[in-house]
Amino acid sequence: MTTIKSLDDLRKIKSSVQSKLALRERSDHPDQLVQVRVAMATCGIASGAKIVMDYMMVELEKRNIESIVTQTGCMGYCYAEPTIEVTVPGKDPIVFGYVDTKKADQIIEKYIKNGELVEGIIPVNYESIDEK
Amino acid sequence: MAKFKIHLLVCGGTGCRASESEALFHNLKATISEKGLENEVQVITTGCFGFCEKGPIVKVMPDNTFYTQVTPADAIEIIEEHVIKGRKVQRLLYENPETKEKVVDSKKMGFYRKQLRIALRNCGFIDPENIDEYIGRDGYMALGKCLTELTPEQVIEIMKKSGLRGRGGGGFPAGLKWEITRASKADQKYVVCNADEGDPGAFMDRSILEGDPHSVIEAMAICGYCIDASKGLVYIRAEYPLAIERLKTAIKQAREYGLLGENVLGTGFSFDIELRYGAGAFVCGEETALIHSMEGLRGEPTVKPPFPSVSGYLGKPTNVNNVETFANVPVIINRGAEWFASIGTEKSRGTKVFALAGKINNVGLIEVPMGITLREVIYEIGGGIKDGKEFKAVQTGGPSGGCLTQRHLDTPIDYDNLIAAGSMMGSGGMIVMDEDDCMVSIAKFYLDFTVEESCGRCAPCRIGNKRLIEILEKICKGEGTMDDLDNLRNLSQVIKDTSLCGLGQTSPNPVLSTMENFYEEYIAHVMDKKCPSGQCKSLLQYIIDAENCVGCTACARNCPVNAIIGERKGVHVIDQAVCIKCGACMEKCKFNAVFIK
Repeated sequence: MTTIKSLDDLRKIKSSVQSKLALRERSDHPDQLVQVRVAMATCGIASGAKIVMDYMMVELEKRNIESIVTQTGCMGYCYAEPTIEVTVPGKDPIVFGYVDTKKADQIIEKYIKNGELVEGIIPVNYESIDEK
Repeated sequence: MAKFKIHLLVCGGTGCRASESEALFHNLKATISEKGLENEVQVITTGCFGFCEKGPIVKVMPDNTFYTQVTPADAIEIIEEHVIKGRKVQRLLYENPETKEKVVDSKKMGFYRKQLRIALRNCGFIDPENIDEYIGRDGYMALGKCLTELTPEQVIEIMKKSGLRGRGGGGFPAGLKWEITRASKADQKYVVCNADEGDPGAFMDRSILEGDPHSVIEAMAICGYCIDASKGLVYIRAEYPLAIERLKTAIKQAREYGLLGENVLGTGFSFDIELRYGAGAFVCGEETALIHSMEGLRGEPTVKPPFPSVSGYLGKPTNVNNVETFANVPVIINRGAEWFASIGTEKSRGTKVFALAGKINNVGLIEVPMGITLREVIYEIGGGIKDGKEFKAVQTGGPSGGCLTQRHLDTPIDYDNLIAAGSMMGSGGMIVMDEDDCMVSIAKFYLDFTVEESCGRCAPCRIGNKRLIEILEKICKGEGTMDDLDNLRNLSQVIKDTSLCGLGQTSPNPVLSTMENFYEEYIAHVMDKKCPSGQCKSLLQYIIDAENCVGCTACARNCPVNAIIGERKGVHVIDQAVCIKCGACMEKCKFNAVFIK
């Protein structure tokens, strides 16, 4: 990691990160790159998020689905842990709750591969500061 | 194989179900198969949209149409018009109450949502262990702006104008605190982040540290710049291992990038952060006790003044703010004081994160603008009370707070209104109680906690609270007298008036608040020797109904203390002197012959 020596440096990193993120979204294979975020706060992990994350990583690779699985913090839906957010390119992100390995398998087979929704969807129920 | 082109999302939240969303779901499905569209259109139920007042909700994807108040009869029209002909059903579209315009794209109707995430802006969005993701979301831009474009005085002015008040509970204006600490002259000053979250059922700070540790680090550096401190300390409880790990990773990454350490961004400003672990004592959330604990002394509070901003850690001026307070700072700098001040109420600006727990459907972490009503929080965001029971009260402010009841449902939530209602904001725990909760037991529960957590330094708190709980125990056993109720109230007042620190000064609040709002329950315990909610075991009796009892002996065989007497095929009787009221007999009885009196 190189040191950031000025605000301009910081801005450069910001735009490179943002274009990297954008790249992620519009990669060489825009039809294929799937993003999965797993809510990995203490509470999520306690209800099995780690197992789900490992499962998603291994299975997506096994099933030849180009994807990025990352961890994130608490999404706030404690009643439905573990929760994951799946973004299929060209579509809005969808949050699924009550995910175990069985549900994760369904999400891959039905939603990611085939665009069919599965039970356990949690609608966005907050306004983000980007909208405000 | 089906390839769905259109998805219909039907809200399956409790509120929408109550207004026939299940029938709607079935009608939609039936209409779809009637039209032979099973392989093109999928109907699915989802969790709560948080807009129960306009339920049932149907969202159509991918065009993001948002239908409100949809009845089962509307199913045919939605399928025939929208799905088949591609024409939106105008009358079911949501109408913006301000502009009276129909909202066509639900992406443009974030305003209906009751939550606004400022402190939680990155939680559940970025990878907390990757500083680049934070930077990609404007991370460290606020620090950069402060260091290069603003003087410390200007930053403090922004903070003061924003109206941000301490989110740890007290509600002291953050900008003012920074200004006072800046004014104190010393060779070394400290920025302290209070991450000693201790209220039962509260986990806001943990979630922020686990989900977005850099926002706190950035804000502490900004604070350091303002008050002229080069050192920051995070006091965090050791029982938050994941938060500690993520914070450590974040600090390491910030150091590697040069965003912490010497000469940050080439501006000559130096700042670094260390962690200090607490052993999880509630009193250490009080700032003087916290500072003593950091110094390696016993975690006991001392009398203020001197305030930490004058003489704090190692006798140096110290600015203590809570995690959530800090998490708001970078956004305020980036977006301006006016933007922040436009959210919330006049005296309580911005948003507040609450940990919603207890007898509520959507238990979770929420962030709402100040001024929202309890009704909106419980029935819209929380999805209502579990199992359709009656709402009774909600405890805010943890063991230092009080309960809010039916009559407070429409009070806008802010610092001052909560205090006026006999409770307080606290750090943000919200525990919802239903008709089955006994308020005397609730008071006892919280007092139990404060008795356990009292540091023992001053007599009113150490001895007084112990006496309070003894009286409450007596009442719960059915041995209370009317004099006890007077004593309870008087003693509470004395403890409040004479305790040394915030812990003791607020510990009788749950007692006073439940007495104020649910006096009739106390009377029932004392006069009638009855617990109206059936929670106080000593006041109940398990009784076998002679008419229903068939003499199967299941209860007698399962009674752990052999309190049930009776012959096979004869009526059984519970010996009340022996019964420990465990409820095993009631659970095992297949004939509903055991009941509670």
